[in-house]
This record gives sequence, C-alpha cells and structure tokens, in this order.
Amino acid sequence: MTAAQVEDLVADGELTWVDVCRLDDLAPERGAAALVGAEQVALVRLLDDRVLAVQQLDPFCGAYVMSRGIVGTRTVDGADVPTVASPMYKQVFDLTTGRCLDAVGKEPVDLRTWPVRVVAGSVQVGVAAGSVAVGGAG
Amino acid sequence: MDATDPTDRTPDEPRPTTDDASTPAPEAVQPAAAVVDERAPKHLVVVGGGMVAQRLVEAMRDRDAAGEWRITVLAEEPRAPYDRVALTSYFSGRHPEDLALGTPELWADPLVRLVRGDAVTAIDREARTVTSTSGRVEHYDHLVLATGSKAAMPPIEGNDLPGVFVYRTVDDVAELRGWVEEQRERWSRPVRGAVIGGGLLGLEAAGALQALGAQSTVVQFGTHLMSAQIDLGGGEALRRLINSLGVGVRLNTATTRMRTNRRGTVGRLDFADGGRLDVDVVVVATGVTPRDELGRAAGLEVGPRGGVVVDDACRTADPFISAAGEVACIQGACIGLVAPGYAMAEIVVDRLLGGAATFPGADTATKLKLSGVDVASFGDAFAVTPGALEIVWADPVGGVYKKLVLSDDARTLLGGVLVGDASAYASLRPMLGRELPGDPGQYLLPEGGGGGGAALELPDDAAVCSCNNVTAGTVRGAVTEHGCTDLGAVKACTRAGTSCGSCLPLVKKLVTTELEKSGITVSKALCEHFDLSRAQLYDAVRVTQLRSFTDVLARFGTRPGARGCDICKPVVASILSTTAPGHVLEGERATLQDTNDHVMANLQKDGSYSVVPRIAGGEITPEGLLVIGQVAKDFGLYTKITGGQRIDMFGARIDQLPAIWKRLVDAGMESGHAYGKSLRTVKSCVGSTWCRFGVQDSVALAVQLELRYRGLRSPHKIKLGVSGCARECAEARGKDVGVIATDKGWNVYVGGNGGFTPRHAQLLAEDLDTETLVRTIDRFLMYYVRTADRLQRTAPWMEDVEGGLEGVRAVIMDDSLGIAADLDAQMALHVESYEDEWAATLADPEKLRRFASFVNAPETPDPSLAYVAERGQARPATAEEKNGYDDGRSGAVLVAGTTLEVRS
Repeated sequence: MTAAQVEDLVADGELTWVDVCRLDDLAPERGAAALVGAEQVALVRLLDDRVLAVQQLDPFCGAYVMSRGIVGTRTVDGADVPTVASPMYKQVFDLTTGRCLDAVGKEPVDLRTWPVRVVAGSVQVGVAAGSVAVGGAG
Repeated sequence: MDATDPTDRTPDEPRPTTDDASTPAPEAVQPAAAVVDERAPKHLVVVGGGMVAQRLVEAMRDRDAAGEWRITVLAEEPRAPYDRVALTSYFSGRHPEDLALGTPELWADPLVRLVRGDAVTAIDREARTVTSTSGRVEHYDHLVLATGSKAAMPPIEGNDLPGVFVYRTVDDVAELRGWVEEQRERWSRPVRGAVIGGGLLGLEAAGALQALGAQSTVVQFGTHLMSAQIDLGGGEALRRLINSLGVGVRLNTATTRMRTNRRGTVGRLDFADGGRLDVDVVVVATGVTPRDELGRAAGLEVGPRGGVVVDDACRTADPFISAAGEVACIQGACIGLVAPGYAMAEIVVDRLLGGAATFPGADTATKLKLSGVDVASFGDAFAVTPGALEIVWADPVGGVYKKLVLSDDARTLLGGVLVGDASAYASLRPMLGRELPGDPGQYLLPEGGGGGGAALELPDDAAVCSCNNVTAGTVRGAVTEHGCTDLGAVKACTRAGTSCGSCLPLVKKLVTTELEKSGITVSKALCEHFDLSRAQLYDAVRVTQLRSFTDVLARFGTRPGARGCDICKPVVASILSTTAPGHVLEGERATLQDTNDHVMANLQKDGSYSVVPRIAGGEITPEGLLVIGQVAKDFGLYTKITGGQRIDMFGARIDQLPAIWKRLVDAGMESGHAYGKSLRTVKSCVGSTWCRFGVQDSVALAVQLELRYRGLRSPHKIKLGVSGCARECAEARGKDVGVIATDKGWNVYVGGNGGFTPRHAQLLAEDLDTETLVRTIDRFLMYYVRTADRLQRTAPWMEDVEGGLEGVRAVIMDDSLGIAADLDAQMALHVESYEDEWAATLADPEKLRRFASFVNAPETPDPSLAYVAERGQARPATAEEKNGYDDGRSGAVLVAGTTLEVRS
C-alpha cells in the first residue's frame, strides 16, 4: 500500500489509526512486539525513524517471534529494501511488503503488513475500521 | 556424557588406546568345507591383514554386488588393517586407532570375516586349505597371499641386543617409543640414537627419534641419502636439510658391529672406517624382505631376490593362488610402495569377478613424510631412458634442488626429483609421460614461474591420486555430475586424497577451477554486504581498530546505503567482541545480535527461551543446586541436564528472563553463554581429588580454564574437556580443546568435534606444565577466533590452515608467523575485560526494556504459549493440543507451565 492509498482508505472510513507506543519506546534497527487489538504485530524502527509493521507470527514455525529477528537490508531489483530475518529458521522478508525473499528451501509464505505512521512522536498502526483496538494500553 | 563417575569403569578395564577388545580368541577349529553348495558364495581366503588386504576386501565388497564371494582375512597382527604409511605420525600424537583404514562397517559385513592374531603356517595346494597357528583350517576357492614384507636385518654382530629396533609395525613403533622414554629417565643427558639406513624409512625413523626428544644420526652405507629415489645432487641438498634439523648424517659408512654398554644393552656402533658412535638406541631401516616363506614352502616360484612370482594378472602358476602387494614379485621385482599394492588388489578382485585387468607397471613416485623436509621423486628420476635430458635448478643457499627428466626432444616429462621445495610435485606427477606445455624450465623456478602448477591443465585421464587411482576426470565429474561443492564432498565421493593426502593441494585446485567453471561462486565473500571473508574482515577490523558496525560497513562494505543482514551482523558483532570488547547490548551492538545473544538465552521452538547458568567444570554446590531447583520450580520451568555438565531450564518467556536472572545473579550465579557462538563449557571428570585413578586435579584445571575463556566470542561454539588420567572419562578428545593428565603434566589435543561430523582431537603437545598449557590454549583459541570462517568449527578450520595440525603447531608453538605475543595480548585483554553480561544488564534499566513481551503491554504474556504435562514437567503443547484435533476431539488439558504465580 502506498501512503496515498492508505490515506484514501482513511478518508473512506475503512481504516483507523490506533496509537500503539512512543517512537522512543522502539530501539532503532530492532523489532518490538505489540498488541494491536488482539493481534500480535511486529514493529520495526529503521535508522531513519521510519516504522514498519508485519505479523508477529512466523509462518514457517508457528511461533510469535518475528520482532526478534535481525533487521537489515537486501538488494531487490537494484534497490536496498529493509528486511527482517526469522530468528527461528532464518527466512528473510521484505519489511515494506511482507514478501518472503528467501524461504530457505521451503515454499515461500509472505507476511501480513500494516500501515504505520508517526505523529508527534506517537507510533500509530492503521487497522480496518470496526476492529478498533482495545488491548493497546500504550 | 556421563563417563564421569569413576565407578563406572573397572580398574582392569583395558586402556582405551589399545586395539579392539573384540579380538576373537582363535575360534574353534572348523572342518574344511570341502563340498560347497552351488549357490553358496565361493570362499576367498586372504593371508595377511595389511593395507593391501584391506583394499582387496573393500574392492570386493564394492564390486561384488551379487555376493559371489565371501572373504576370510587371516591376519598375524592382533589388530585390523592400519595405515602403515602413516606410522610415523604415531609419534606426532596419533593413536593407533587413528591409523585405522576404511570404515568399521567393512568388517561387520556378513560376507567378510577378519581373524586377527592368527598367522597362517602352511598351504595345502592339493586340498586347497590353509592351516594357522591356532590349528584353524580354512578351505579356499581362491587364495591371495598378501603377507607383505618384514624389515630386513643385516647380519651385523650385535643386531639382537636390547635397544636395537626395526621400523615396520605399530608394535615396533610402540616398543621403540617405550625404550626411548625409559632411556630418557635413566640418563641425565639427551638420549643418543642412530638409524642405520638413509632411505625413506630411515629418515622417517630419524625424525621419529627426534620427535621423542632423542638425538639422532643417520648412518648410510651408500654415497647419499635416499639413493633409491634421488640422484647425488638431490642427495646432497637433502643432507643439508636433514643436518639443519639437527640430525647427523654419516655417508659411505658400513656398520661392522653393535657393542653393549655395561648394562648389556646397545651402547656403541663400530664402523668399517674405524669410526665409532655412542648410542642408547638403534633403529635398523635398511630395507624390507618379502614374506614369501608360505609360497616357498608350498612350492610356488619365488623371484631371485625373493617374492612370490606372479604374472600381470597377479596370478601365481597355481590358478587358485594369487599374490598382491609387497610379497608379489611382479614384472621381475617386488615393490615396497602402497600404491602399486592397491593396484594389485584391484586387479585380483577384477579377475575373480571375471574381468581382465592387468598390472600397468608400478608408479614408484614417492614423497618423504618428514616435517620440514620436502622431498619428492617420480618417474625416471635417474634419467636412464635413452636420450633423456635433465634440467636442473639448484639453490644451495635456499636448500633447494629440483630436476626434471625429459625426453630427447625436451618436451615429454619422464620423471623428476624435487628436494627442499616439492610444491610442484602434485601437479607435475600426473603429467608423467605427457608433453609439458611451454618452457619446461618454468616448472622449476620458484614462485610465479608456474611452478605451483597453475599453468597446467591436466587431461581427464591423468591420475591425480595414485593411492586410490582417481583421475582428474573423476574429480571434475564429482563437481559437474555429482554436485559436490567443496573439497570434503569430493573426497567422500571419489576417495581422492583419503590415503596419503599428498595430492590434496591438486585436488583442491581442480575442484575450485571446476566450481568456477560451473559458475558456482567459490568466493569467500561473507554476504552481499561484504566481499571479504570472515578472516579477512577480522584482520581488517583489528588493524583499523574500528569499533562500530556502521564504521565497519562504511569502510569495508560493498554499498554505502545498505545496512547489513542476518549473516554479516552477528559476524561483525563477534569480531568486535574480541577486537574492541564491550557489552552485547551496548549501543549499536545490540542491533547486530541474533535473538539468542540479544536476550542472552536460547530460543526454543515455541518462542520461549531456555536459561543456563554457568556451572564451571561441572562443579556445583548443594546450595547452587537448590537455587536452580527453586528458580525452576517458581517459574514452572522444565529442567534437563545438558551434555556439558550443567542444567538447562526451559520454557522461560522473554518477559520473565530478567526476573529469573535477578534471582540467579543474587545467588551468585552468572551467564553460562549457552546462547552464544562462544565458549560453552569445560567438561571434566572428578580427577585426582576423589578418583582412585586420577593423576591430576582435572576439576581445578577445568574451572580455571572455563573462568579464563568464559564469554569468548568465536566463529562457532567452543567446548573444552579435561580428563584426570588416560581413561579419559571427560571425553576430552571429542572437544575443540581436550586436555588429558599425564604423570608429568598435561597433554593437549585440538580440533575434536562432536555434532554432525564427529572428529577426534589430535595431539598438539605433550607433558606441558599448567602455565605453558594455558598459554598454548590461549593462542590456539585466539588464532581460531581470528582466522576461521563463519560457523566453521575447529576441526574443519584446522584442515583449512596451511599445513593442518603442523601448520597450527608452527604458529602457536614455534611462532612461525611472529604473532604469538599479539595473540597472548589479545587473550589477556579478553580476560581482563570480562564481565557477567546478565549482571550488567540487570543494572541498566535501558537494556531491560528489551525484555518486554509487548511494547504496549510489557506485563502481558504471549497468549499463544501453552504447555501440557509430561513425565511430571511442562512441555510445549502441539498445534492439535492447542486447537483441537481434525476429528473434532478437543485439545489436551493445558497446564499453566511458565505462567505460575511467582513468589516474591
């Protein structure tokens, strides 16, 4: 999803921004798990303070661990995309799209992603309207 | 684990270094099976249990898929066939069992029977039976004589005195070793040794005497050393090299008498020229005599200089009897080398299976296996071919002599002698009988002249490994057709380089070239972010003294915009931990760590972690046990004893780790680094403080070593072991560094690994005092930390180090690279800057924030974790147990597991 698409969804009332935590709560180039509603989400703060969100569930092992993977970059079509590697069996995913870039010999499975924005130091995750979070106690 | 309890071994149990205890007492005599069922396999009897017999059995079992033949091997020696060629390595620390050939499964094959310690005494060619010392009678359908040779003993007066040895079997070598050690105790001066015979074996024996700490002098009857293989010029260069090792050489010297000393053992050699030499030990290595007595007695033809005469198919005149190896007189001579013996074994098997193989003529190429002296001879080394030309290059100062023998048009390689620098041997030998491309002189010049063989493109049919008869084509095929991608795989696939190993440099080069051709990158580049290998990057970081990943990436990375990955980040973290020590979670370093190092615990399959406090040397107080037990109980953790003599607590949630460690640290415990690519444990037996058999305090040393190296980050995990006596209850030889107590100090073994490719550690040094031992281990570990590849354990690393074990020894014992002081200083820095990672983390609220289960709900446990009870403890629930089964049954009853109330 591009930023424009996300804003369209918000404008259409289909997406709601949920406050999750402060940007300062996140360490650069490391992930952190967050509860967004009942959903476990892995938030990753990059060096440029961009924050990205993918599912915390590692689809290859079934454990909720994606936030604990090593964050890095990988060249895809000539550009460096931010990545996270599963701490369990080392599959590598594109943090911006959730696409599995290296399935380590398995059938690739992608990760779900969420739009994220930082407003006045507050990290907000975009969720479908109607599923508004109750668990995020920030 | 657990040979640590001294009571589980009885005092009279044989020491583990002796041969297989399953040696059969000679079995009950079986009647000769004269009438044989048509469908039953035919009976092949092999007399002799040496290297050729082993190869013969191996070849038969490889090729006789239909099970046409069953084989009985009757061996005189009480052990399975061993690598006689590598006998001298017994002195550099290999145990007799390391010399074993082939896989033990071979001898477990139902069609193979090995009878040890029972020599054949007679052949009845009429009845087709053989009779042995124990009275065993075996009927044969075919008989192979593979009795080999015995060491020749020249008729010199006094040759039967105590202290006079030959050099042929493991027992000879063991007795020699025992004698020298006894003499060393007796005299307050160095033991004086002499070797009669300046050939290949004599020089090896002289090297062996030196390795045992004795002085040695080689006494050669002829005009120069190794006169059967090299010419006078080469012999002279060799003499200088041998002298430079501190070994004396007497040429043109006939020994007339060996005289006793006052104790009645050998004390002096008298020479024909009137000279004399005082000695305490004499090794006679004047050649070998074929063991042809059985053949003679059975009326088989023997050659003029001994040996059972066979044709090119290795058959004697009796169609039911063949001979192979050193006992066979083939094409008019007996050949005392293993490669032709192997060839004969293959021919015998081929013929028995209906083939038509013939002996192609002996490859008499030889290479001296003596540390520090490089000698090789191959083909027509003496230029006896009519019209042969010799090209000689000699550098008396550098101690190098090289000669190539070429055909009269100076193009075809006929042979050569290389002394002092035999690096070209592996690539030149397969070119025998072929045209050398370019100017032949270039192969003799040092460096840059193609002497290393880089310019040679071997034809596919050129033999690369003559021990196992592997051609260049076969090696290439292993890469192109069988998908081998490294040297190890090619060795396993082709057997090239698995016997004497002299062809390994060439095999490696062929494999690399072939891989490159197939487009497989053999680049050692770490990942897309660094073109350097781990070892190169280590040096680069060390020399530039960079302290952060960002700086390292900016200086040595491939692209400025990139930010590393899960390959290079932990590598740089590991490098920085020894070049610029700091906490694992300090600043940017925290971003480089794998989850294990990041939370200082071991990730388990369900996303929980396990916790292992250090129990140095496996020694723990009852109070310590109670602390661990109480913590595990309070947090509902599953407990299990590890292979490294400590206790692992499983099922800790990430958010529980600080509380668990608070309790452990408060009780005086510290991180065990079970999560790191780092020192894990130093395992020990109980040692001399309690054990009836221990000779040193192994526990005290293990504790000392573990506390010295704790926290040392390395390319892979490192494990040490210390045993208090030769019974080796700590299984130290399965460790990266194994220490075994002796009466005089400590023996240190290196490069042992368990895991996927188990490897016994090899002896690095003997009888060290504790201080020297610690310094030696310091250097070994630091050299490994600096130069190994990512995730390369010590055993494969040592194979990669130039010169292998010898190369490692040269660097850390003899300081051949001049880096020993540097390694010492770096280890001192490590020891000095050690701090308990967990204690430091608990003292820093900033670091503790990383352990929140959820950034927005730090106290809420991961709701997906669930446990069921099994054998009285918790284990992770399976998916079905959590969610119910497909058939509608509900899941198992979940237990609280790690979510039990915690006592405050």
